[in-house]
Amino acid sequence: MKVKDAEYAVLFRTLAYSIISFLSLICLFPLLLILSGSFTNNESIFQDGYHIIPKVFGVEGYQTVFRFPSTVITAYGVTIFVTIVGTVVGLFLITMAGYVLQRKDFKYRNTFTFFIYFTTLFQGGLVPWYILLTKHLQLLDTYTVLIFPALMSPFLIILMRTFIKSSIPEEVIESAKMDGANDFMIYYRIILQLALPGMATVGLFLAINYWNDWFLTSLFITSQDKYQLQFFLLDFMNSAAAARDLGAGTGVNLGFDVPIESTKMAMAVVVTGPIIFLYPFVQRFFVKGLTIGAVKG
Amino acid sequence: MSNTSTRENAAVLQDYQLNSKKRGFLFELMKNKILFLMLLPTLIFFFINSYLPMIGIYYAFTKFDFAGGLFGSPFVGLKNFEFLYKSGLLLKLTINTMGYNLVFIFLGNGLAIFCAILLSEVNSKFFKKITQSIMFLPFFISFVILNVINYNMFNYDRGFLNSILEVFNLGPVDVLNTPWVWVILIPIFYLWKTLGYAMVIYLAAISGISEDYYEAAKIDGANIFQRIWNITLPMLKPTFVILLLFALGSIMRGQFELFYQLIGNNGILFSTTDIIDTYVYRSLRVNFDIGMATAAGLYQSVFGFVLIIAVNYIIRKINDDYALF
Repeated sequence: MKVKDAEYAVLFRTLAYSIISFLSLICLFPLLLILSGSFTNNESIFQDGYHIIPKVFGVEGYQTVFRFPSTVITAYGVTIFVTIVGTVVGLFLITMAGYVLQRKDFKYRNTFTFFIYFTTLFQGGLVPWYILLTKHLQLLDTYTVLIFPALMSPFLIILMRTFIKSSIPEEVIESAKMDGANDFMIYYRIILQLALPGMATVGLFLAINYWNDWFLTSLFITSQDKYQLQFFLLDFMNSAAAARDLGAGTGVNLGFDVPIESTKMAMAVVVTGPIIFLYPFVQRFFVKGLTIGAVKG
Repeated sequence: MSNTSTRENAAVLQDYQLNSKKRGFLFELMKNKILFLMLLPTLIFFFINSYLPMIGIYYAFTKFDFAGGLFGSPFVGLKNFEFLYKSGLLLKLTINTMGYNLVFIFLGNGLAIFCAILLSEVNSKFFKKITQSIMFLPFFISFVILNVINYNMFNYDRGFLNSILEVFNLGPVDVLNTPWVWVILIPIFYLWKTLGYAMVIYLAAISGISEDYYEAAKIDGANIFQRIWNITLPMLKPTFVILLLFALGSIMRGQFELFYQLIGNNGILFSTTDIIDTYVYRSLRVNFDIGMATAAGLYQSVFGFVLIIAVNYIIRKINDDYALF
C-alpha cells in the first residue's frame, strides 16, 4: 500500500511538471514571437514571415520608433502622468471609502455599500455615459476624461473594505478614539500605515488599468498629443495596415519606405517594456493582496 | 448607590438609543460628519459616473437628433427594439454573449483549478515561483498586445502559422477570414490572458486547507488521487461557487476589450464573434446610431439585471451563505 502511494505520487508529480511547463511555454510563446519580430530585418519578415528566432537580425524597427522620438515620448508622458495622478487620487478615495464602510459604528454603511454595489448590477450603458461626458460635462479631449472614469470601481472598494476589516483590529481604532483622535486622523495616522499591503494591491490594480488603457482614448481623445501609449500603438497598427492596403490598391508599395513590420513589433516592445521590468515586484504584491482580500472576502 | 447609578446609566442609554432612532439620518450625519465627508467624494463619483447616465436610457426610445439632445429627439417608442428583434440581431448577440461567457466560466475555472492542484503538489519552490510568474504575466499585459499577437500569428502573408505551414509544404490558411475558427481561438486567447489570475486565487484557497486532513487521509491509506478527489476538490467548492455566481451575474456583459482587439471591425467574422458590447461600441463609433446603440445597451442591462435577481433568488433558496445580496 505504501509503495503504491509513492508510485502514484511520482506519476502525479511527473504529470504536474510536464503539464505546467508546457502551459508556461504557451503563455510565453506569443510574447517571444513579438520580441523576435522586433529584432528581425524588415525585408526578412516580408519574405519569410515571423519566426521565433530572427532569420536576419536587424534593429531598424527600434531605429524607426526613435527616429521621431517626440511622438513616442509624448505618449509616454501622457500615460505616466495619467497613471500617477489616477493611482494616487484613486487610492486616496478608495482607502477612505473602504475605511468608512467597514466602521461598525457608521450606521448607514450597508446602505452606502449597496449604493456602490448596485452600479455593477444595473447600468445606463455606454451611450448615455458617453453623451453625458462629452455633451453635458464637456470633457471631450481633456486629461480629466482619461483619469476620472477609472478612479474607482465597486470591486476595488469592497476589496479594500475587506482588507481593512481583516487586517486592522477594531480595538486599535477604539483606543485611538479614546485618545481623542478624530476619524480622519485615525485614517491618516493608523489605517494608511497598517493597510499598506492592501493599498499596494489596489494601487497596482489601478496603475495597471491606467497604463494599459486604450478605451478612454479611443472614445474621447481627438488630438494626437493626448494619446495614451496603448492607443498610440493601436493607432500605429491600424494606420500601418491602412498604408499597406492603400499601397496595394495603387500599385505603390508604401511598406518599404518605413520598415513597417519590424517597427510594429518594436513599438509593442517599447510600450510593454516598463510593465515587464516592474513585473517581479508587482506580481509579489498581487499574489499577497489577492490572497487576503479575495479569499477572505 | 451603585445600584441607582447603573439604573440611571441604563435610562440614559435607553434615552440615547431612542433619540438616535427617532432623529435618524440627521442625527447620524452630525455624529459622524467626518466619516460622511470622507465618503462623499466616492458617492459623488458613482452618482456622476453611474447614476446620472441612467437618465440617458431615454435615448433608447428616440430617433436620436444631434441638435435636439435628450428631450429634443423625436420619441419613437419601442421602434429601436423592434428593429433589433426583427432583424434577428438581438437573438444572435444574446446567444454569442452568453455562449462565450459560459465557455469562459467553465473552461476558465476548470483549467485554473486543474493547474492550481498540479502546482500545489510540486515540491520545487523555484519551479513553482517561475511558472506561476510566467502564467500570471499575460494578465498584466494590455489587450492591444493581443491585437499584435493576433497579427503576427495569423497574418496571411507573414504570420507565424503560415510560415510554419510553409516549412512543412502545406498551403497557407486564412484564419482572419474564417468565422468558425474564432469560436475556438477566442476562448484560447481568453485562457491565455486570465489563467494565471484565476490560478492565484485557487492556489491561495488550497494553501488555506489544513495539512491535518491530508495527514489523516495518508494514515488511512488514501493515495494522492484519492486525497485530491476527497479533500482538495470539496474544499475548493466555496471559492468556485463564489466566482461562479459573480460570473453568472455578469453573463450578459462581454469581454469587450478581448473581442474588439481580436476582431475589430472585421465584418466577415461578426456572425460568430459579435457580442452586445462590440455591437454597441460600433454603433456609437462607426455607424453613429445612437438610438439603436442605447436600445441594445438597455436590453443588456435589463436582461442582465433580471438574470442576477433570479440567480440570487434561487441561491437564497438553496444556500443562504452564497447569496450575493
